[in-house]
Amino acid sequence: MSPPVDIETEEQVRIRLIVNGRKVACDVAPRDTLVDCLRQQLELTGTHAGCEMGACGACLVQLDGAAVHGCLMFAVQADGARIDTIEGLSESGVIADLQAEFHRRNALQCGFCTPGMLITAHELLTHVARPSRETIRDALSGNFCRCTGYEAIVDAIAAVAAARAATASQGAEGSSP
Amino acid sequence: MSPPLTSLDRPNSYIGRSVPRPNAKRLLAGRGRYVTDIRLPRMLYAAFLRTPYAHARITGIEVDAARALAGVHLVATGADLAKICTPWTGTLDHFKGMTSEPQLPLPLDRVVWAGQAVIAVVAESRAIAEDALELISVDYEELPAVVDLDAARRPGMPLVNPVAASNICFRTQLDSGRVDEAFASAAHVIEEEFSFGRHTPVTLEPRAIVADYDSESGALTVHHATQTPYQFQDLYARHYGIPEASVRVIAPDIGGSFGMKLHVYHEDMAVVGLSILLGRPVKYVADRIESFVSDIHARDHHVRARMAVDADGKILAMDVHDATAIGAFSTYPRTSVVEGNQVIRLIGAPYDFKSYRAALEVVFQNKVQTSQYRAVGHPIACAVTERMVDLAAARVGLDPFAMRARNVIVDSAYPTASPTGYRFEALSHEVCLRRLRGIMDYDALRAEQAELRRRGIYRGIGIATFVEITNPSPAFYGVGGARISSQDGATVSLTPSGEVRCAISVTEQGQGTEAIIGQIVADQLGLAQEHVKIITGDTEVTPHGGATWACRGAGIGGETALQAARKLKANILEIAALVLQEQPAALDVVDGQITSVATGQPRIPVAEIARIAYFRSDTLPPGTQAQLTVSHHFAPQGYPFAFTNGIQGCYLEVDVETGFIKLLKHYVVEDCGRIINPMLVDEQLRGGVVQGLGAALFEECRYGETGQLLNGSMADYLVPMAMEMPDITIDHVETPTADTILGAKGCGEAGTAAASACVLNAVNDALMPFGASINTIPITPARVLKALNRF
Ligand code: FES
Ligand code: FES
Repeated sequence: MSPPVDIETEEQVRIRLIVNGRKVACDVAPRDTLVDCLRQQLELTGTHAGCEMGACGACLVQLDGAAVHGCLMFAVQADGARIDTIEGLSESGVIADLQAEFHRRNALQCGFCTPGMLITAHELLTHVARPSRETIRDALSGNFCRCTGYEAIVDAIAAVAAARAATASQGAEGSSP
Repeated sequence: MSPPLTSLDRPNSYIGRSVPRPNAKRLLAGRGRYVTDIRLPRMLYAAFLRTPYAHARITGIEVDAARALAGVHLVATGADLAKICTPWTGTLDHFKGMTSEPQLPLPLDRVVWAGQAVIAVVAESRAIAEDALELISVDYEELPAVVDLDAARRPGMPLVNPVAASNICFRTQLDSGRVDEAFASAAHVIEEEFSFGRHTPVTLEPRAIVADYDSESGALTVHHATQTPYQFQDLYARHYGIPEASVRVIAPDIGGSFGMKLHVYHEDMAVVGLSILLGRPVKYVADRIESFVSDIHARDHHVRARMAVDADGKILAMDVHDATAIGAFSTYPRTSVVEGNQVIRLIGAPYDFKSYRAALEVVFQNKVQTSQYRAVGHPIACAVTERMVDLAAARVGLDPFAMRARNVIVDSAYPTASPTGYRFEALSHEVCLRRLRGIMDYDALRAEQAELRRRGIYRGIGIATFVEITNPSPAFYGVGGARISSQDGATVSLTPSGEVRCAISVTEQGQGTEAIIGQIVADQLGLAQEHVKIITGDTEVTPHGGATWACRGAGIGGETALQAARKLKANILEIAALVLQEQPAALDVVDGQITSVATGQPRIPVAEIARIAYFRSDTLPPGTQAQLTVSHHFAPQGYPFAFTNGIQGCYLEVDVETGFIKLLKHYVVEDCGRIINPMLVDEQLRGGVVQGLGAALFEECRYGETGQLLNGSMADYLVPMAMEMPDITIDHVETPTADTILGAKGCGEAGTAAASACVLNAVNDALMPFGASINTIPITPARVLKALNRF
């Protein structure tokens, strides 16, 4: 009979986060990744795990406003951070135009890559107002999609960029003296 | 002036309309519910210890330390599960002489591929289960492993299954006659050898299952990331001895499947057994590393081909040999020989020639099983055929378009049959060929190619004609004794508010099944699509059916829904006729209103008919019982398959210094019969093309000499990403099948079927000035440089 084994990694650490605008505290094991914490502890299952090694982009979330791989970060490393997941970005409406355009063009099939795609698109359009198709494809180069041919995704992002630019220029005209 | 009205201008005419998928909004908001997301009360987690050896005898197992770990509930070996699960064998009766070893959830004494699951641990978390795996020790005595396809076929090689006579799983041949005469009389004979690497589906959501056995009621509920829930209901019932009606399989949102999620996997069977042993829900999600070594792989063929051509470039005969290696055993319940069988039957399919001979050899090796994956056999058959056609064209001195125009079965020749016995109802190769030439602007591309070539830039143009098998009848698996349904079922009900719910056996994996079924039902019933709810993927609430495989969703599932909706409409009109004191034939349904056929005037809302039937049946004539729920089944009859056809074109650039290939543009013309939702068809085609382009250029499961998978992670195994993929232009020809009212054929595999053939032809076209030739897929930079003698 072997003696019972104690596993040190079972120890829990308390971390505090602002997730989708709400303060939360979670007890996590040091080995839990951020994606584990979001999906299991907070039941925010919109963030997916496709490879758990930073190669597919299904697990992308925003950490303090920048896209990060939830699978490449330990939950304890995110202590004190602001995290926005697909659920929060949906509810706040900041990506509503992207979501509508993805829907209109069927830029998703099974939808498993989609939250990560939207987060990449959101980040790209925050930094580049009118990206070329080449730039869009480049920005998506860490997001694997097995179902679509990527083209509808590129089209949707380009269309949203154009629509946002049009609105912005109208707004600018409106405000000019 | 406004354009003339078409049938699409009628209200509720959804067939042929590009409407977005209603269920996609949920997925876009991160509200998908995949099996990976499911958590049940008292749920436990399974993990598996896997063998590092490709072939070994298990000589000892030590699990006490793992059992003693806090949080571990069960450590199960092969023997534990063998007590409650009967073995399965992946053979079909109509494949005469086919053999395969019986399988159990976990092996008893021998492992046959590196990565095979050996022992299961169930614990309070996946992490604890994995900790426990590290405390298990298994002693192995290594046995010689058979790794290489050609080596496995040689006599005297070690045997994958020691009690078998050889490593041959199955052999067959076809001969339509007069092959030798045709070759003897030919002006040209072209010979070539091809090799196709193994690749694997890499669905973004890995395999996932939650089994929940309730020992009090004896009921088993399995949440399973699968495309074929009814098949698994049957399998779990039979192998675990549970009455079929007590087994419920639920397939919620599925993160990609492509054929990979319809085979029986050892771990999935084990998880059901673990739940039965524990009486608690057990979840297992393969991690990506496990997926690479335990999901099915596909392809892996060596093909030798010969083609006889007359002086004018007319194909006279083909003679082929396909050797394919399938891993250590044949998959259950569909077997691993279907791919090879389809390769030899689809070779030459678009072309008009009579003399065909083929031999197929399916061999075992110590690797994970290969089996059906998107476009089963099609990419191999298409690449071999189309490369041979290009080689023949070059020999005769014909342009690839002219060569095909001279040889495809002419559009006026139907019905006709291939020399391999496939019966074609009506295909449209000639019109597709002309359309492709147009959308490619072929002459301009050739001019550009010639101009760039002078400047040392090597571009290639490749085209490939294809035929895709869709809408399979019972002749596919049923005759072989497999309990796999070729029929589908639908239950359509009018609700008291005048809406419709349709529970249907075809399933959704993102291709848009729910959307197109909703379109068909709404169209047939004359209701707005938002008032039609579609329910799929739950054996408890939907009638039995084949579900989604072999591109049967629209052609068979859609026809089932159409016929069911027509039946319900007839019943609604019967009640309406009683209420309105009219003849049913004088009434119709338009936009939720019962209307008069003669005047088109609305008479009464459908919702009012529903209200009367459900709540005031006392006001209907005596003896009236309103049948506002109908169940209907449909199985294809007539032609054994409905064939989709089409042609693809590819434009690419080869960097002859580095061997890198840049895809510039891809073109598809296809004919899938009646199109229900053009946008969804286009996106299916694009997705399929990209999957085929991945296979053509990047994807290969590379093994070491001892049978270890060397690139089993997403960092090492290359998949197509947005940056490497081209834009894809699509055009349609519509030749509806007369076998159904709907007229739809499948389109999900058409993209994959011809993409690698196109790339192969285009790369060879680009390399033409160097006299270099390449006949291996994937076409990697190293292989290009090798062909150029630069490596
Ligand atoms: S799961 Fe994080 S990148 Fe794939
Ligand atoms: S839609 Fe399925 S992985 Fe992208």
